[in-house]
Amino acid sequence: MANGVFSSSRAQIPERTLRTDKWWIQPLTTFTVLVSFIIYATFRAFENGNYFAEPLISPFYSPCLSTECVDGASLLGTPFGIIQLFGMTISPALLILIFPLGFRMTCYYYRKAYYRSFWFSPPACAVAEPHAKYTGETRFPLIFQNAHRWFFYAGLVFNVLLTVDAVLAFRNEHKEWGHLSVGTLVLIANATFLWLYSLSCHTCRHTVGGRLRNFSKHPLRYKAWTIVSVLNHKHQNFAWISLFGVAFADFYVRQVASGAITNFYFF
Amino acid sequence: MARKLKLRIWRGDSTSGALKDVTVDVNDGEVVLDVIHRVQAEQMGDLAVRWNCKAGKCGSCSMEINGKPRLACMTQCASFGEEETITVTPLRAFPVIKDLVTDVSFNYKKAMEIPAYEHPKDLAPGEARMEQVDVERSQEFRKCIECFLCQDVCHVVRDHEENKKSFAGPRFFIRIAELDMHPLDTLRNRKKTAQEEHGLGMCNITKCCTEVCPEHIRITDNAIIPMKERVADQKYDPVRWLGSKIRKREGIL
Repeated sequence: MANGVFSSSRAQIPERTLRTDKWWIQPLTTFTVLVSFIIYATFRAFENGNYFAEPLISPFYSPCLSTECVDGASLLGTPFGIIQLFGMTISPALLILIFPLGFRMTCYYYRKAYYRSFWFSPPACAVAEPHAKYTGETRFPLIFQNAHRWFFYAGLVFNVLLTVDAVLAFRNEHKEWGHLSVGTLVLIANATFLWLYSLSCHTCRHTVGGRLRNFSKHPLRYKAWTIVSVLNHKHQNFAWISLFGVAFADFYVRQVASGAITNFYFF
Repeated sequence: MARKLKLRIWRGDSTSGALKDVTVDVNDGEVVLDVIHRVQAEQMGDLAVRWNCKAGKCGSCSMEINGKPRLACMTQCASFGEEETITVTPLRAFPVIKDLVTDVSFNYKKAMEIPAYEHPKDLAPGEARMEQVDVERSQEFRKCIECFLCQDVCHVVRDHEENKKSFAGPRFFIRIAELDMHPLDTLRNRKKTAQEEHGLGMCNITKCCTEVCPEHIRITDNAIIPMKERVADQKYDPVRWLGSKIRKREGIL
């Protein structure tokens, strides 16, 4: 039976959309970029190498929690032994990536992005979606989108750890403080972008003050909410910048760790 | 200076219809509603179109122009290329009555399902005092002109007729948010009913409602997502749930 815009009571128009602009560019671009990132991140997560070159550590592998981690890469120790599955050694990255991955997967901005570009629900505004049935985020598995706040809290912990990594990068290969390299700048930029992404998050906005009814009774939280609201306007931008930032930081560390390039020191 | 404008206007009713080509004069500064009126006056005397203020404030002339939900009175003809044919159709989420006029009564039914503001029983009329910072969030939502473009573009009902029973739509989520954020409203179950009766969980926040809003209300960021977070406070956050049980905080938030 005809449904949606083709329902019998509605204007009988056979086209799924009458939009004349290039509405498909945005979902196509989003799809391409996200798939590229997924391929790269999957490769790196399973590569299990080239993630540490004193004093730089890849954000994909920090904190490195397995006894398999290379010397110096374990900021928080090694509570996990070597884990094998089907005869394959599990990369230490796989122990931690669920948290940043979960944060981005449940992020309100990325939800919009991938619902449109991967699931065509809808592919663009006023473009009919192909699905016969729709229940939104009311049932398994999408009801788990409501866990966004838990990943947000976990993401803050990772931001702290990656900030510490950036601070530790003010050392040289011999662990002497007071040095600045290109890698230092890369890790600082990565941590900064991740903080901006997290602090501009809708859950952060809600947590700092959005849930209040009376701002006037909580002036400090109102101020915090106002600041986060300004950042929240740019959440989409921070989501993309931080995604590119973390991929580039990993790529840079990989190049240094593999010996393809040398980490240039300014002083 | 007048020029010719090519239009394709949908003509028909609930039983049948088709796009009809027409060429009409257009003057500098005119909007799509102006040329539709000219078509009505000169070429299609029985063309049905709903309109009122011609100032983007009454929300009557909602229609789809080149496939996008828009107000005809706020869409400049100059924004289209000289050789472009502009396609004008009725809103495609609602039953059509005739030509460009649709039956938007779905929205009025949904409006009636939202419980009204409940005033504190211990405050007599005229005694209520609120600070500006406490009401300015809600004031953004009061800009709504009820054009129902957000309702029209929302794929939850646009693409799934069966969801109209259980989904209020973005216009009414901002109404619920407005009341839930109201510093004096005493009705306490708005979050629960938003999720369980008005279909908040069906929204997958693809932001089309925000994109089409002629009043530039940030429907998704400022109303729907905050409401989803408030629902998560109550239903999906065990720490908050435990805290509210122990400290009975709901009353002071």
